[in-house]
Amino acid sequence: MDFDFYLSTMWSVLKALPLTLEIWFFGIAFGLVIATGLTWLRASGHKLGEYFTRAYVFIFRGSPLLVQLYLIYFGLSQFDFVRHSPILWPILRDPMYCTIVAMALNTAAYESEIFRGALRAVPVGQIEAAKAFGMPAFTRFRLVTLPIALRLALPAYSTEIILMTKATALASVVTIMEMMGTAQKIQHDTFRPIEVLTCAGVIYLLLNLSIARLFAWVEYRLSPHLRPPPEQSQQIKPVPEVL
Amino acid sequence: MSANVAAAAKAAPSADTPAISVKDMRKCFGDHEVLKGISLEAHKGDVISILGSSGSGKSTMLRCINLLETPDSGEVRVDGELIKMKQIRDGHQAPADIRQVERIRANLAMVFQSFNLWSHMTVLENLVAAPTHVLKRPRAECLEQAEALLKRVGIWERRNYYPPHMSGGQQQRAAIARALAMNPKVMLFDEPTSALDPELVGEVLRVMRSLAEEGRTMLVVTHEMGFARDVSSKVMFLHKGEVDSVGEPKEMFARPPTPQFKQFIANFNK
Repeated sequence: MDFDFYLSTMWSVLKALPLTLEIWFFGIAFGLVIATGLTWLRASGHKLGEYFTRAYVFIFRGSPLLVQLYLIYFGLSQFDFVRHSPILWPILRDPMYCTIVAMALNTAAYESEIFRGALRAVPVGQIEAAKAFGMPAFTRFRLVTLPIALRLALPAYSTEIILMTKATALASVVTIMEMMGTAQKIQHDTFRPIEVLTCAGVIYLLLNLSIARLFAWVEYRLSPHLRPPPEQSQQIKPVPEVL
Repeated sequence: MSANVAAAAKAAPSADTPAISVKDMRKCFGDHEVLKGISLEAHKGDVISILGSSGSGKSTMLRCINLLETPDSGEVRVDGELIKMKQIRDGHQAPADIRQVERIRANLAMVFQSFNLWSHMTVLENLVAAPTHVLKRPRAECLEQAEALLKRVGIWERRNYYPPHMSGGQQQRAAIARALAMNPKVMLFDEPTSALDPELVGEVLRVMRSLAEEGRTMLVVTHEMGFARDVSSKVMFLHKGEVDSVGEPKEMFARPPTPQFKQFIANFNK
């Protein structure tokens, strides 16, 4: 084994990690904003909103992210009004922005479905209790519905974030030299696919491992009520008779 | 003359204004008429047990009082204040002023069959949430009151527990303490012991009895005949969505006024 080659490749690919993280971060950040809007639209009960979100999810969940990315990067620039638009063109001529837009639109479809399911799974009785104690709709949502729904959504959401980490590799097909792009360039230069792709694969693995650990930690912190009580092993004073 | 009467009707509730008055309440679920014109009056200090076999409409009636279900017609007054309703499509109605409903609900604390404690909050947080966010009382004061209430219902040791970590009886006592933390004018109990293991029923009933003894106004939908007979000041028996009989408990149980009620308690004594 050529350790020097592994080390130098590792280092070169790692230097592209910040760019990967940039795509990843902005992709999921904008995705979350769009997903929140979609979820709100879907939950608001307006027929039009529901049709729109259904169509949105159908399109963006049903077609490959790669197709969406190509359509946004190569496809949209075919239209004159896009090229002449002072707002659209600065975004759509830049492969970096195009990747972020494609990722955000795509992940929003999945996330809105995750959030919709989580909202529906909040126990009705607990919402009713909030109603019965006179909480206005917003207070009810903030204190009861949202905290419970977020905890329910977290496991599926973390999976989606990990899928998005891997999806950043698609940026390499629109000329971005993030980790995958860098790895491919080294591979073309050296004709040593095994070593180079192993390096890239290991970095993606470690990255996803840390993301998964982070989410597991957040989940653990947020759900003490789903674990056995911490004091279980200790002696608990007997509950006194009432009055 | 008529102006005086109108002024009197608007005046602050006098001593004999019922804490709750329900007039001719009706409610359908689809084609099924669950409540066929129920009327009820609860004065301050009354403990009314509402009995009836399953499907008789007793829970629905209770839930219509604090608008968890919307009655199709009839009126509900709390301390003399009419809950304003507006007509919507095909004979249904909806609350006209949700702010009014929320304000009235804050005075009518409810205890549920399945406790419905907020599972992501500790017991103490459950007790403090509504008083601080609905009544806008200072948090420190609410915490102090919450601890006192938990001592009273005998689960102060569990104040930092999450509801899933407690037994059903403890959860229901926490739920009663949560209701008390609102300093409610009337407490609504919706089958508070029906989801409990038999050996845990006693601890909850003891708390409810102590509340009755300190003169709280309570509407209790229950299957506990002992509680209805010995603790409540009035028993109301619903049968097929109608008030079958109302009366003083000892009298009702000693001499059932209707064949339906006789049949009902006979089934319990089997």
